[in-house]
Amino acid sequence: MKRPSLGAVLLGLIPFAATCFSVGLWDRVYPMVFGLPFNFFWLIAWLLLTPLCMWGAYRLEVSRGADDDRAGSGAR
Amino acid sequence: MGFVARFHHKMDLEQWTVGGRGFGLVLVWLLMAGEIYTTFTFLGASGWAYSRGGPVLYILGYLPLMYVVSFYILPPIWEVGRMHGLQTQADFFQVRYRSSFLAAFVALVGVVCLIPYLQVQITGLGLIVEVASFGGIDRTPAMIIAFALVGAFVFVSGVRGVAWASIVKDLLLLLAAVFVGFAVPRVYFGGIGPMFAALARAKPAHLVMPGATKDLGHGWYITSVLLTSFGCYMWPQFFAASFTARSGRVLRRNAVIMPLYGITMPLMFIVGLCAVLVLPDLGNGDLSLLTIVRKSFPAWFLGLVGGAGALTAMVAAAIQLLAGATLYAKNLWRPIVAPGMTDQQVARLAKIMVLILTSGALFFAIHSSISLVSLLLVGYAGVAQLFPGVVLGLFSRRVTAEGVFVGLVTGLSIAMFLMLTGQDPYRGLNAGFIALCFNFGATGVVSLLTPVRVAGFDKAVPSIAAPQSGKGVGPTV
Repeated sequence: MKRPSLGAVLLGLIPFAATCFSVGLWDRVYPMVFGLPFNFFWLIAWLLLTPLCMWGAYRLEVSRGADDDRAGSGAR
Repeated sequence: MGFVARFHHKMDLEQWTVGGRGFGLVLVWLLMAGEIYTTFTFLGASGWAYSRGGPVLYILGYLPLMYVVSFYILPPIWEVGRMHGLQTQADFFQVRYRSSFLAAFVALVGVVCLIPYLQVQITGLGLIVEVASFGGIDRTPAMIIAFALVGAFVFVSGVRGVAWASIVKDLLLLLAAVFVGFAVPRVYFGGIGPMFAALARAKPAHLVMPGATKDLGHGWYITSVLLTSFGCYMWPQFFAASFTARSGRVLRRNAVIMPLYGITMPLMFIVGLCAVLVLPDLGNGDLSLLTIVRKSFPAWFLGLVGGAGALTAMVAAAIQLLAGATLYAKNLWRPIVAPGMTDQQVARLAKIMVLILTSGALFFAIHSSISLVSLLLVGYAGVAQLFPGVVLGLFSRRVTAEGVFVGLVTGLSIAMFLMLTGQDPYRGLNAGFIALCFNFGATGVVSLLTPVRVAGFDKAVPSIAAPQSGKGVGPTV
């Protein structure tokens, strides 16, 4: 199978670094943001930021011609 | 709705299991969301927020990450699926490693791990009916009636019906989650912010890890998030859902947007956390959401929330039954007991299996009582052990059937030993994750010691499902 490109993998590692390995840095109550404890706020923010990273990875993979198929209707 | 879906499509095994491989972005999205947001979301997440506190955040941690993992592995899996006409997860092992024995073993692992997951749904349904009827209906008859309905539904409509039923349940669940998540803190505290402020004053330790537990700290969080995000798409039903997509690109786009759907999850946590202050003496955390809704709103509203929860459980259970039954009939029974079976006979056997699996899970649900999250963790630890075989199978040419088998057995033995002897978490780490590390090690070592017979996916190998509908099946090179 064609492996994903290095750039796409690096983009995917960002959410892992931010929400998994760094838990010791953000697992705290204060400072509260928007009335949420900091750890809740941080993880909710990454629900929104992860799609951004993966959108970048998607663009990379599409421009590389990964999963070209009959139904691939992307204009790019 | 699901029953209607049947009339538009001729039902052979291909249609029943993978919807003829014609699902676009919206249907695949719904199907995957339908599978991933289960009763566990609804009752388990609020239950853990109530009883454990901070450690519940692991759910919010793995949610986006499992889609990140899916971005890399589902499109190639889909491609292999189209190339060889795959319908189940075990089919994948069959074409990659060309070993019916390994495929049958994978099917067995899948079916066995599905039982605790099904049990989660049944137990959830029972809790809902019990609370929503104010104790008027016993849990056992409620579970039996609900499951008879689910069984009948799957029996008749297959995967397309399930995807459409998902729409109704997603809408209901979304509305219920948003309303309850905002309204409950408003009723008791005047809003989400003041609720957190009150909780941070009264019980600050409850909001961070390890919360109300002794051993669910940061090490446990990291290992659990990794295990769950790697393991999630190893569930046979999620794995097989990727075959329903129209293209690999649909799956990638799906992986990009799915994390947004997780936004209902923190709302469930919030309800559970409100209950910490409002209902401090609840025996069973899994009841916290329903009890607080019952206490705060009129009875008809509890009915609506209960209905959304019940429908969620039923859709999830339907998908699990469909996957389990097909796996059993196609990859365990046919190769071992009756190799001459036609696809029609396999489809018939799969439908009988739906009934048997339903009864089995019902039996366990009636005779045991563990918390919803704990049940799910056992299944995850088991099913995640399939990860090395899938990922190395996709991206490495050196991995062998023997390596995968030894790794799988090693991982399963370690996971089961640690969990059954009550040593999960083990030294502050998730037992399933420890097992997965040994699994990877054993797979690698044994693969290097055994000769490579199959080094990837061979386009020349004929499709393993005899194509009958002729639509989108078989090699299209």
